[in-house]
Amino acid sequence: MITELGHFTLILAFAVSVFQMVVPLVGAHKGWPEWMAAAGPAATAQFLLTAVSFTALTIAFVTSDFSLSLVTNNSHTLKPMLYKISGVWGNHEGSLLLWVLILTLFGASAAWFGGNLPPRLRARVLGVQSAIGVAFFAFILFTSNPFLRLENPPMNGGDLNPLLQDPGLAFHPPFLYLGYVGLSMSFSFAVAALLEGRVDAAWGRWVRPWTLAAWLFLTVGIGLGSWWAYYELGWGGFWFWDPVENASFMPWLISAALLHCAIVVEKRETLKSWTILLAILAFGFSLIGTFIVRSGVITSVHAFANDPERGIFVLLILGVFMGGAFLLFALRAGAMEAKGIFGLVSRESALVVNNLFLVVSCFVVFIGTIWPLLAEMFLDRTLSVGPPFFNAAFTPFIFVLAVILPIGAMLPWKRAKIARVLKPLLPGAVLAVAAALLAYAIASGQSALGPVFIGLAVWLVAGAVVDLASRTGRGAIGDRLGRLVRLPRADWGKTIGHAGFGLTLFGIAAVTTYQTEDIRVARIGESFTFGAYEITLTDVRQVDGPNYVSLMGSVEVLENGTPLATLHPERRFYPVAGMPTTEAAINGGVTRDVYVVLGEPQRGGFALRTYIKPFANWIWGGAIIMALGGLMSLSDRRYRVAAGARRRRAEPVGVPAE
Amino acid sequence: MKRLLLVLMLLASPLWAVQPDEMLDDPVLEARAREISAGLRCLVCRNESIDESNAELARDLRLLVRERLVEGDTNVETVDYIVARYGEYVLLRPNAQGANLLLWLAGPALVLLGLGLSVGFIRKQARRRDVGGETDTLSKAEEARLREIMRD
Repeated sequence: MITELGHFTLILAFAVSVFQMVVPLVGAHKGWPEWMAAAGPAATAQFLLTAVSFTALTIAFVTSDFSLSLVTNNSHTLKPMLYKISGVWGNHEGSLLLWVLILTLFGASAAWFGGNLPPRLRARVLGVQSAIGVAFFAFILFTSNPFLRLENPPMNGGDLNPLLQDPGLAFHPPFLYLGYVGLSMSFSFAVAALLEGRVDAAWGRWVRPWTLAAWLFLTVGIGLGSWWAYYELGWGGFWFWDPVENASFMPWLISAALLHCAIVVEKRETLKSWTILLAILAFGFSLIGTFIVRSGVITSVHAFANDPERGIFVLLILGVFMGGAFLLFALRAGAMEAKGIFGLVSRESALVVNNLFLVVSCFVVFIGTIWPLLAEMFLDRTLSVGPPFFNAAFTPFIFVLAVILPIGAMLPWKRAKIARVLKPLLPGAVLAVAAALLAYAIASGQSALGPVFIGLAVWLVAGAVVDLASRTGRGAIGDRLGRLVRLPRADWGKTIGHAGFGLTLFGIAAVTTYQTEDIRVARIGESFTFGAYEITLTDVRQVDGPNYVSLMGSVEVLENGTPLATLHPERRFYPVAGMPTTEAAINGGVTRDVYVVLGEPQRGGFALRTYIKPFANWIWGGAIIMALGGLMSLSDRRYRVAAGARRRRAEPVGVPAE
Repeated sequence: MKRLLLVLMLLASPLWAVQPDEMLDDPVLEARAREISAGLRCLVCRNESIDESNAELARDLRLLVRERLVEGDTNVETVDYIVARYGEYVLLRPNAQGANLLLWLAGPALVLLGLGLSVGFIRKQARRRDVGGETDTLSKAEEARLREIMRD
């Protein structure tokens, strides 16, 4: 009964989305206020209906209702409750339902918080947003219905893929979807602006918070995914350049570019058509990501459903939305008139360079991801494009970005003198070079890339600090501290975000350069020395979990002779799915992780791998700090008091530069 | 029942990546073997190098790499040997031959193109000052507004 209710509300939500797509857009075109006003309640209704539908599916999973084919295929009565709930989105159909739930949530939020938008723009934004809804409701209802019943329900289900039975799954996909889908808002704003034929500072101010929110969710989502891979996959890798990872990374890069150039639109009213183009592209890459994950045309470790029919449907959605938006762009972009002008050396130019490098690096990831497909289709060559390619082809762009970031971030708007910015940054540069040299001295014989990036990380963090300090002006230290506290949150957000980027680079450089590894057969009771650690496998025994059996090792770790920890690496076997997993045991720390993996029994002992991973946690710590910077920026006063955006538009007052 | 599960588990358990018994005694050779393995794709896996993979075939390839190194092959010869048998599909770093040049040069080419376009655009819009864009001096209305603000 509840299942049917969920199915029914999903169909109803589809109908509402069609209504919300047509009525407000027609209303905006004809100038009928009642028709435009219909968008708000419709958006709320759409969200509520989808929420009921999602709840119904969750109830089916929680109560293990095996009359649903989806529950049968992805759940089991013995599965812990957390995974019964997260199992709702641990499969293609359920995750798609989560997708549309978030999509309607964003639409509804635009209706709830968009009260100060001009009514016509608001109607258009909600109309376009609902058009995306129509496409995805159709996708889910016609190709991937989660509410299909079984004629003969089995006694129990086929269980969820054991790799996915992890707290990581509970949080990683929702964040990622909040990011992917959040970019639909930027897209809707862009298309609405093209329909209006007008982009001004106010538009920049409205579109930036949505982009910022999407970007920070993506940051958290990608960070969580990377961390999950680190501890779950068993050899401590944190990024594999897998197509599905790339699928989430491409929108991240484009949205990072977009949120920077939306600042230019907001403050300087220029680069308008470029910003619109980026907003369209960002969502385009979200859709491409959806295509990669759900079509199965590109082999990946973690693709969902390998169903060509679904792939074609997503491709169709991609074609319609990108084709339509680009056509509109070609027709209307010429009308976007720039107001502010700027010199070759200026903050604006620096942001243009930022955008260029972010977009090209995204393109490199894109072409690397689809190249095997292109080569097979057009060149008749079966080849692979793996981590060595991406490391070589992608890293140089990040290098350039990191070098220019602190300088660009401090350049004044309009016209600048580079020397004036370099002077306060000089101590930071000296510190960075010193750090790089020190790192090189420690890592003699290793590749020089690690020390270079460690220097860059120091440069980024120092640059962020100098930037913030310079915003407090001159004078007594007390006055400056007072001003520091009162600085707009956007300034703090910028500093924190840029510093977080530096910390992540530092973690990546440190782990890849200084990681050490030990592989051996460990006999029970025998100790061995590895770096500063003395390690003993004291015991291996069998442990029963709720839905698995496990071989659990006990590993005593001594650091410089004093006991540090007893670690419990496991090898689990999930009988229902017939799948083994490894659970690494990690002693985490600020400066290093001790990472232990238990292998199989051989030669009277067990294969044991031990890794020392210096500064590994900084990778994800940096990502969290980047996201916090975004959050800080998002809470800036000018977004909360967005009413000021419409103040005195008629007056011929120039746009202030700062 | 529990014992049966454990037996099943050991049967089903894959060989996790590099095993102690595969490793060469010479640390220099072993390091080279690891480096080569990280660049070779496991043929039956989805997207893993033979160094990370737990498939039987990946183990065979790892042993083959070590065999070649022990026989005195250079890194390049070893990789060529394996490509000759399994095709360029095993290379995780695609070679820069033929159409693959497009793949390798796409990024740098696009950056150069983008830089050229950007500089052109910035120069062009900076010249617009003369034809009614934003100017450095204040307009009459702006001056009036400024005076009004200063009075407050």
